Amino acid sequence: MNEPKKLHSRGVLDWFDPRGRQVGGWGFIINRISAIGLTIYLYLHLVMLGKLAQGPEAFDAFIATAKQPLILFGELLVIIAGLYHGLNGIRIALTSFGVAVRYQRALLIAVVLLTAAGSLFFAIRMLSIH
Amino acid sequence: MSDEKWTVTFIVFRKKDEQPVRYDTFTLEVSPNEYVLDAVERIWAFHDRSLVFAHACHHSTCGACGMRVNGVERLTCITPIREVTRNGGTVRVEPLRNFPVVSDLAVDMSRLYQAMDVVHAQAVHPLDAAPLEGDGIRPPRQVPQPEEEGEFLRLADCIECGLCVSACPVAGTDPAYLGPAALAGAQLQSIARNPDLLSVVDCAEGVWRCHSAYECTAVCPSNVQPGWRIMDLRRQVVAQRIKALLGQR
Ligand code: HEM
Ligand code: SF4
Ligand code: FES
Repeated sequence: MNEPKKLHSRGVLDWFDPRGRQVGGWGFIINRISAIGLTIYLYLHLVMLGKLAQGPEAFDAFIATAKQPLILFGELLVIIAGLYHGLNGIRIALTSFGVAVRYQRALLIAVVLLTAAGSLFFAIRMLSIH
Repeated sequence: MSDEKWTVTFIVFRKKDEQPVRYDTFTLEVSPNEYVLDAVERIWAFHDRSLVFAHACHHSTCGACGMRVNGVERLTCITPIREVTRNGGTVRVEPLRNFPVVSDLAVDMSRLYQAMDVVHAQAVHPLDAAPLEGDGIRPPRQVPQPEEEGEFLRLADCIECGLCVSACPVAGTDPAYLGPAALAGAQLQSIARNPDLLSVVDCAEGVWRCHSAYECTAVCPSNVQPGWRIMDLRRQVVAQRIKALLGQR
């Protein structure tokens, strides 16, 4: 036997390459990117919460930085990622039980529209509060 | 047939042994109604006899001529040049992904054939397993039933072309993944009829490796709808597991 030959693939890069892919493939790519983004955010979030343990000064200083526009924009990205990932998660869970598989593309479009509407709602609220 | 002529530049993936990949360019005069495979054959016949590629039937039956045309998996013998470029345009021809390249455009599809073997994919299956509603597909309202004992059989649609394996975004990072065609082959038998299949598909290299990109269904030239069959197989797996939990087996 010859040793196993290397697959013609760019490995992990092929997860994220949208070229030549169709609607379902784009859904997968965005889901994976949002999942990685949310995981990184969760880590940052826990680090920041650790500030609470360092006393009120450290926490107040942190809250002051958190009101910077760039951070607010980052928070909006988290909301968009969370909405998309959660809604698409419901779509994948449904189709994985054989429910509405025929409508996976329509469901994905609904997920994107709901994400856009939800993000707009939160963006307006964030701007009006700060 | 018109005698319309187009000038088209073919950018062809080349790889021999351990040499690095290179792309060769061939500019051809073609009829837009010819198929991509015709052009590849012409390149081999008149420009470069060292070009390696696979084909046999020329009519979408053997499944040998799958390649990536402008980045999308196609059976090149039924892909008209008109559909993938324009006069003066280019066509990029590359081998299927997620298989080892043997030489140039020819890949080693053993992983697909072995997976078909693992699930004991059948050449025929019960008629009533065929209809699975999809885009533009309406199953017959009533599947005809034989008058005597038994059931009608029909030929399986899958031509084992490997386009689905190439299109799958996760098949490249998991060489042991059974893949869309084999899982579709399992779904057509159904776990209820063939309980041995449960352990074969209910695992990380089976139905649970799929991440619902539906790229397999998008490229399948034979309407197998592997993406939907994987989801149906998941439903069967979950149903069997719940039954087992309730002790109804
Ligand atoms: C809102 C509720 C959520 C739902 C319904 C949900 C659902 C899902 C589903 C169904 C998958 C599998 C996707 C696939 O098969 O490709 C998934 C993957 C994943 N989720 Fe979530 N999720 C939720 C929240 C989160 C959160 C808050 C995080 C991170 C902090 C997260 C991180 C991940 C990661 C890392 C993956 C793997 C991504 C991949 O395989 O592409 N999820 N999620
Ligand atoms: S399921 Fe479709 S794309 Fe996959 S090998 Fe069979 S015919 Fe080809
Ligand atoms: S040459 Fe047989 S399927 Fe294309």
